[in-house]
Amino acid sequence: MQKITREQLIEKAVSLLADGTVSCVLGWSKGEFDYDVTPALFNNEEELKANFVFNDFCGVNFSKYLISKTNKCDGKILVFLKPCDTYSFNQLLTEHRFDREKVYAVGIPCEGMADIAKVKQICGDGISSIAFDGEKMAVTTLYDDAPVMISTADVLAERCVNCKSKKHVAFDELMGDEGEVIDSNRFDEVEKLEAMTPDERFAFWQNELSRCIRCNACRDVCPACTCEKCVFDNPNSGVENKSPANSFEEKMFHIIRAFHVAGRCTDCGECSRVCPQNIPLHLLNRKFIKDMNEFYGEYQAGAEVGLRAPLVDYTLTDIEPGEVFDRGDSDA
Amino acid sequence: MQVNEYKPLIVAFCCNWCSYAGADLAGNNRLNYPAEVKIIRVPCSCRVNPMFVLRAFQRGADGVIICGCHPGDCHYTSGNYYTRRRMAALFSMLDYLGIEKERTRVEWVSAAEGAKFAATMNDFVEKVTALGENKRLEDLRCKK
Amino acid sequence: MRKCSLDKINLVFAEIAKSSALYLPVDQNDGSAAYKKWEEGTVWSNALNTVRSPKDFFFPQTEDLMKFKTSGKNIEIIDTRSEAEDFVVFGVRACDVKSFDILDRVFLSEHVDSFYGSRREHGVIVSVACTRPSETCFCKTFGIDPSESAGDISAWKTETEIFFKANTQKGEELLNKLSSLTEECDETVVNEQKAKINAVMNKLPLKDLNTEAFGGGKTNEFFNSPLWDELSQTCLGCGTCTFVCPTCQCYDIKDFNTGNGVIRFRCWDSCMYSEFTKMAHGNNRLTQKERFRQRFMHKLVYYPENNDGLFSCVGCGRCISKCPISMNIVKVMKKMGGAVNE
Repeated sequence: MQKITREQLIEKAVSLLADGTVSCVLGWSKGEFDYDVTPALFNNEEELKANFVFNDFCGVNFSKYLISKTNKCDGKILVFLKPCDTYSFNQLLTEHRFDREKVYAVGIPCEGMADIAKVKQICGDGISSIAFDGEKMAVTTLYDDAPVMISTADVLAERCVNCKSKKHVAFDELMGDEGEVIDSNRFDEVEKLEAMTPDERFAFWQNELSRCIRCNACRDVCPACTCEKCVFDNPNSGVENKSPANSFEEKMFHIIRAFHVAGRCTDCGECSRVCPQNIPLHLLNRKFIKDMNEFYGEYQAGAEVGLRAPLVDYTLTDIEPGEVFDRGDSDA
Repeated sequence: MQVNEYKPLIVAFCCNWCSYAGADLAGNNRLNYPAEVKIIRVPCSCRVNPMFVLRAFQRGADGVIICGCHPGDCHYTSGNYYTRRRMAALFSMLDYLGIEKERTRVEWVSAAEGAKFAATMNDFVEKVTALGENKRLEDLRCKK
Repeated sequence: MRKCSLDKINLVFAEIAKSSALYLPVDQNDGSAAYKKWEEGTVWSNALNTVRSPKDFFFPQTEDLMKFKTSGKNIEIIDTRSEAEDFVVFGVRACDVKSFDILDRVFLSEHVDSFYGSRREHGVIVSVACTRPSETCFCKTFGIDPSESAGDISAWKTETEIFFKANTQKGEELLNKLSSLTEECDETVVNEQKAKINAVMNKLPLKDLNTEAFGGGKTNEFFNSPLWDELSQTCLGCGTCTFVCPTCQCYDIKDFNTGNGVIRFRCWDSCMYSEFTKMAHGNNRLTQKERFRQRFMHKLVYYPENNDGLFSCVGCGRCISKCPISMNIVKVMKKMGGAVNE
């Protein structure tokens, strides 16, 4: 269902490698099955032709890898960025996390990425192959004779359902047409939660966060979490706990992490994608984004390089903390 | 009416230049406010890290209040502007998670407002007493 | 062999629950399954496997080891161990059952870990054969038979009935408690199901994966391979694989200051973390490549070397589906295994 094909991307990469613009390529590498895609660094044409893939399961955001890979590659790195990835790219540049000169960014269009868990809910386990055919994918399993045709639009990943922008805000070169910022309803779920009573909200979050196993995948994949020494790895901070000993510790990790990325989170959705327990972490981060928008004006992290995040800024007439509850959306 | 009435544990972060002096003035004027309020002096209200608030709740606090200079009068010029933004975000998040909003507060108290300090503390303690013990953000291991 | 109709499964659960705590996989509202305690009305999930493995029952994620209280110059040590209650874990798959063997060798040898040991004594495993293996399954690679799961009781579930066979004394005792609800039967239906399961196993994409290249004594062959750079290049070091893995057993012991005493507890640790086994001089594995290599060498080379060739992987496939960047032991085996055969 993607508008751009694997072949086009390989061609672009090969030509940039050949003329010396870049010396390695950050892209998606094929896995064991048709839906498991691993990010990898490709060094030459053979590797690209053998392993590079691009399909509806390429949700990985490469921006964070640039921090470590720009130190490993001699020349420039070619990175393919989907629209949502470009926001993380800019945010990391605002924070001076990598050298812009060492990256050659190519913006690619994206029609939305699929979530394999949603596919499995429709056709069950035992997938032996997935073929992509226009708007649909043909999923063949070990247990059904005929492939099940699934429309990609029905199994879009959570964050793609409420895509906020098809516009690339950073690139050296753009493949395909330029897109627009979308007026999405990504805050709908947040609003639904806000409309509940505090008791209901507590019960909801208790239920969700009690499944947390402190694997730290959300923190490790988040482009905003790039501290070399994370507060949760520091035994002196008092919050270094490797496992959620009780309901307090479960909540504390998430409240603190959401707070640390507040104002810098670009809403890329990686945290929810990687959580092994399917905790809807994006609801926490979107709450902060919605709050910042309402209190301090519309702000999109990563829309440009050099923007000042709301929490490190102020005006003389900001909203009082006591007033945040009286906005009419939370129950007294 | 129980003989042992429930008394909440309140932690008050007070900035050294205004609100701590205000608390001192309340004392000088013999204005009563409950002994359940434990004051922690910080150089500026923006020294308060959201983790302090969470840790206070973890260790048994039932309410946390942050007192600072009035916006515009911060001893360090702009510290309390950051406090305002930070605590607005934090309180909104705690409310979103279902923590009762009456358990947290930010109040601007100047060094001359001893009466306001006492009145604020009395009001806050009353509100938190009505809510009861903090069960939602407590760490059972830290209970005596 | 005994059987009973699936209509009576709730009666079976109720009967078991009379004398032991019963845990079984239950569907959660996000579509996955997790082990939960049975109570009236709980429905046994049809999912192939749970996200968290049943090693939690014997080796929980956090566990208090002891408490300290100081008063003046005296220190009081409080033993927090309590006698474990009897419990039954129902619906365990063959791969997870094998993981208990692997964990037993770590915790029950030489100096017996009494916390783990006490739970193992009190736990009874009822394992169930897998009728619908997934593409991510490769238990056969490690010699595990999904059609004959090796718990205290082996069970087979068809559309209408469930069959039980006791393998150990604990299993016999439990099955005797259910004798009023079950009846004697022969093995025909079960053998048919076993044949079907084996037929599916031969169609799985990972059926040809083998462990010939790996095992004890192969450290030098693999340790310095340049392939580790490539395999580990995008590993996030998050630790998800170690936490969902049924055989990973590393733990850390920490002290928590409660304000009125200290609790010494143990919790799962992950060799993927940068602070893993940090010692006074610092850390011994400074790069993600070294940590990545350590994990897979442990599973495929070091553990078999110390444990008569038993591999520390059971082919459950959880790491395949849960790794955020789709790196897993299968990829490592194929890449490294191929390297040796060249």
